[in-house]
Amino acid sequence: MSDRGPAFYLSILVGGLIFGFGLAYSHMARPEIVLDFLQFEDLGLLFVMGGAAVVTAIVFTVATNFLNDAPLTGEEYVRRVKSFDRNVVVGGVVFGAGWGLSGICPGAAYASVGIGNWPILWAVAGMFLGAYAQGLLRSRLTDSSAGPATAD
Amino acid sequence: MIGAELFPNGIARYLIGGLFIGGGASLIYLSTGIIAGASTFLESTLSYVSNVPRFNRLPYVSSRDWRVVFTLGIVLGAGVYAVLWQGGAWTTDVQWWRLLGGGVLVGVGTRLGKGCTSGHGVCGVGSLSSTSIVNVATFMAVAIGTAQLVQALGVSP
Repeated sequence: MSDRGPAFYLSILVGGLIFGFGLAYSHMARPEIVLDFLQFEDLGLLFVMGGAAVVTAIVFTVATNFLNDAPLTGEEYVRRVKSFDRNVVVGGVVFGAGWGLSGICPGAAYASVGIGNWPILWAVAGMFLGAYAQGLLRSRLTDSSAGPATAD
Repeated sequence: MIGAELFPNGIARYLIGGLFIGGGASLIYLSTGIIAGASTFLESTLSYVSNVPRFNRLPYVSSRDWRVVFTLGIVLGAGVYAVLWQGGAWTTDVQWWRLLGGGVLVGVGTRLGKGCTSGHGVCGVGSLSSTSIVNVATFMAVAIGTAQLVQALGVSP
């Protein structure tokens, strides 16, 4: 692993700050607003994901084509491309059901804590429970780690 | 404004918020090369307290520290908004069992499907990854169906 000093962690923290501020400002940290979107009462969320994806698309394209390595780590700039398998669809279905039931997704849940929404701790606890359950089951099903490690 | 019934709150706050979300991910990407997602934190953080092999693979253990910092940043950034724009805390009226049950499904689904709204939805779609586009189309369709079904059953909020 590359040595990771204060500049690295500061960059992650500031990036997280901006990211979290955006989740709060866009109201995506409020489950009601997400449910309004999913129920076709307010389609504003299209501009949240769309706006964010356009920014990353431009930055990823420029970086992968014209920039060398990331200054703080020496890592090469790459696109986010995960291998496709059945789990991508199954996971999408299960996540979609959870998102539709609760109006919350991981990043928005963390941001929701920041806007003082204490009931969201139910969702945070649930997410850890779900992540633990699937990890336990997958580790039981296979002694070696299944497939390539994913980090997103 | 066109489509006022579809955009009762306008689009400015949504677009501006989205640009900030993309901007935060981009700052991390440009400075470190890391493609940040929000859901891996759930598993990598479990490696601090659990010996289950799945959580203790090298990519998780080696990234768990910065993922904690990233998540703290998200909480603090939202806190800045709460103090300066929101005028204090805001709490949801969505019922606890929906949050808990939905949270469990989100925890399972995002880790099984290799990402969530930020990893697949923002960074993956921004990478024009077909895997991510399929995942996003899937969770969007199911979420819309689920939310409308729950609404039709009269569950509110």
